[in-house]
Amino acid sequence: MTTPDWPLFEVFIRSRSGLEHKHVGSLHAVDARMALEHARDVYTRRLEGVSIWVARSSDITASDPLDADAFFEPARDKVYRHPTFYPIPEEVKNL
Amino acid sequence: MYTQGLDSLGKDCLQTASQDEAALSARFEAKVARDEKIEPKEWMPDAYRRTLVRQISQHAHSEIVGMLPEGNWITRAPTLRRKAVLMAKVQDEGGHGMYLYSAAETLGVAREEMVAQLLAGTAKYSSIFNYPTLTWADIGAIGWLVDGAAIMNQIPICRCSYGPYARAMVRICREESFHQRQGFEIMMTLARGTPAQRAMAQDALNRWWWPSVMMFGPSDADSQHTAQSMRWKIKRFTNDELRQHFIDVTVPQADFLKLTVPDPQLHWDEASQHYRFGEIDWSEFHRVVKGHGPCNRERLEARRSAHEAGRWVREAASAYAAKQGARAAA
Repeated sequence: MTTPDWPLFEVFIRSRSGLEHKHVGSLHAVDARMALEHARDVYTRRLEGVSIWVARSSDITASDPLDADAFFEPARDKVYRHPTFYPIPEEVKNL
Repeated sequence: MYTQGLDSLGKDCLQTASQDEAALSARFEAKVARDEKIEPKEWMPDAYRRTLVRQISQHAHSEIVGMLPEGNWITRAPTLRRKAVLMAKVQDEGGHGMYLYSAAETLGVAREEMVAQLLAGTAKYSSIFNYPTLTWADIGAIGWLVDGAAIMNQIPICRCSYGPYARAMVRICREESFHQRQGFEIMMTLARGTPAQRAMAQDALNRWWWPSVMMFGPSDADSQHTAQSMRWKIKRFTNDELRQHFIDVTVPQADFLKLTVPDPQLHWDEASQHYRFGEIDWSEFHRVVKGHGPCNRERLEARRSAHEAGRWVREAASAYAAKQGARAAA
């Protein structure tokens, strides 16, 4: 009764040239070519994109949300990476 | 990320969960309280996951079954313009079903499983789609009232605590507003037409009004899921609040069309600044939900036969992909 178990693809769309591709959702397809055509029909019916990437979901490795705190910890105490860390007198311009 | 590729990591997550469930639960509740989104693969209570799977899959089924009453009129649309618009609308409904199935899949339920439940008749979908579309005016009434009610239900879900559902809903709401406007335009054209056309518009309003009002679900006193869903910020307003809002904005639109809402008790209440309306026939609602509406059987038959008729296409696509894969490997 059910459909064959087609792989899941993640869909990324560039909404116009100059912008990056952005994740918009996922769909099932038998191969990458079919995934592209389905992505066009499902996600760009109103000219939402000028370019589409599809990637098999199983090919994506993602960070673990439970480890997020520890994983991103190294950046937390390095405020000197931001320009606002450096007090500069107001009379100094263009800096 | 919507990926299933995390499943190996997901197993580790589950082990940690059993060890430290109270802490995880506190973290989850705090996050929801801060209005932060919950994303796939994050820890969430089982009941939260089950509630979302139920709600999102029912919503997806509704979009898919919702194609049927309108599809019925594609070949008989009165002009080429109306036909093109109706095809675009029906295609949107199919697309909305796809966004929603993909959002539900992020919670660990398989697409095949959801489709199988729909075809087996064990899944629910919106009761409104079990009413027949008898005349062209019904297509106008559906866009105006049914899509109008759907938008009212869906706009608050754009702020739902579950990220993929909220994002799917943003996309859907953006598209639905064309659906409602094209429906009102059909009603406007008929209401300004010949006496026969006016009568057709009035007849459609007569038949679709109460089923549309019932789309918001049982009244708050009888709604079993509302309180918990509101705590979890899956739901932002109660059924009765949304229903009142729908009636308040829709009655003036009916007045504009010079059509009569089929509710003799309907009147404006100056004190509360709301319309007061008559008793809803909940026995009808429960009858239709339980599968005894005018078209329940026909709708499921149509889905089953579409699924069966498409089987050879799916099989051919699978066979072609397997052949291409084998050739590439050789």
